[in-house]
Amino acid sequence: MKPEHFSERQVDVDGWQVNLTTYKLGEKWHSKADNVSPGAALARVVAESREAAEERALARAKELLSRTKRHTV
Amino acid sequence: MSASYAHPEVLVNTEWVAAHAQDPSIRVVEVDVDTKAYDEGHVPGAIAWAWNTQLCDTTVRDILPKPAFEALMTQSGISNDTTVVLYGDNNNWFAAWALWQMKMYGHKDARIMDGGRKKWLAEGRDVETAAPKTAPAARAYQASGPDYSLRAFLPEVQRAQKSASAVMIDVRSPQEFSGEILAPPGLPETCQRGGHIPGARSVPWGKACNDDGTFKSVDELQKLYGAEGVSQAKPVIAYCRIGERSSHTWFVLKYLLGVSNVTNYDGSWTEWGNLVGAPVEKGAAKSAGQA
Repeated sequence: MKPEHFSERQVDVDGWQVNLTTYKLGEKWHSKADNVSPGAALARVVAESREAAEERALARAKELLSRTKRHTV
Repeated sequence: MSASYAHPEVLVNTEWVAAHAQDPSIRVVEVDVDTKAYDEGHVPGAIAWAWNTQLCDTTVRDILPKPAFEALMTQSGISNDTTVVLYGDNNNWFAAWALWQMKMYGHKDARIMDGGRKKWLAEGRDVETAAPKTAPAARAYQASGPDYSLRAFLPEVQRAQKSASAVMIDVRSPQEFSGEILAPPGLPETCQRGGHIPGARSVPWGKACNDDGTFKSVDELQKLYGAEGVSQAKPVIAYCRIGERSSHTWFVLKYLLGVSNVTNYDGSWTEWGNLVGAPVEKGAAKSAGQA
């Protein structure tokens, strides 16, 4: 099997930069959302379409990012 | 013409791995925090190591004890003379952790696949989902060490901080360095205080990588780290939050730039930022050259 349609783009989620990596493997679409800096995976989703995979990955990332507190320095 | 890395033998590219992954003298290992990414699809013939359960002592906070490390190698079909090629997600964070640990235990030939999992997928190379059947190594693996000249423990970091006897490189994000956030965005806070070790320089780990996940050229790396005081003249200590991002920077400094005295402080911010009475500095990084 070969991954196809690999793409990577950055999305702003409530003020946080999220890197969205998506590719198709067989009949399924895989999408990963990471937090850019440092780059840790927040969500990995497998779905039937690119749109569904990215939407669910971003939704999970949004949920996790909403828990991050910004402290005054 | 660009200069070459100090130890080019520790890097292989994706093309080389595609040609050699099935060689009996070579073992390819995908290393990540867990095996979720591996299970989605991996380099054909590669086995998986999970950082959270297989590359750490799961009781005491520590690297694997020597017997556990030897058992992992043997069960993975790795002999003392096997060429081990490590790769993973996050531009090889956890692969670098595995290499750091393998070097502490004296493994001779451990390499990193430049660009990691991301580059392999982006190039549309073959992947498989089934894990290969792995026979244990015919002879039990025998580790040496551990070689603690590659690792920094708290007391020496404290001494270095007090006496400014080492260059301290904080490889976390600028927001973690300043104290604005206490953990990477989206992850649980794991320390009581935010900020950085006083005197540390900020060089986020990702600055060592190109967009495709490969390492930057030696000229670019020298410029990047040289501007923050890294040279052969002083020991260098790299740290992050739990020691995995800093093992990536440790790899860059040790093998790509050839810095002879560089250690990974794997206690990192989850140790320092929870210590009672430890000095903490807050605020953004000073620009290169500023004290």
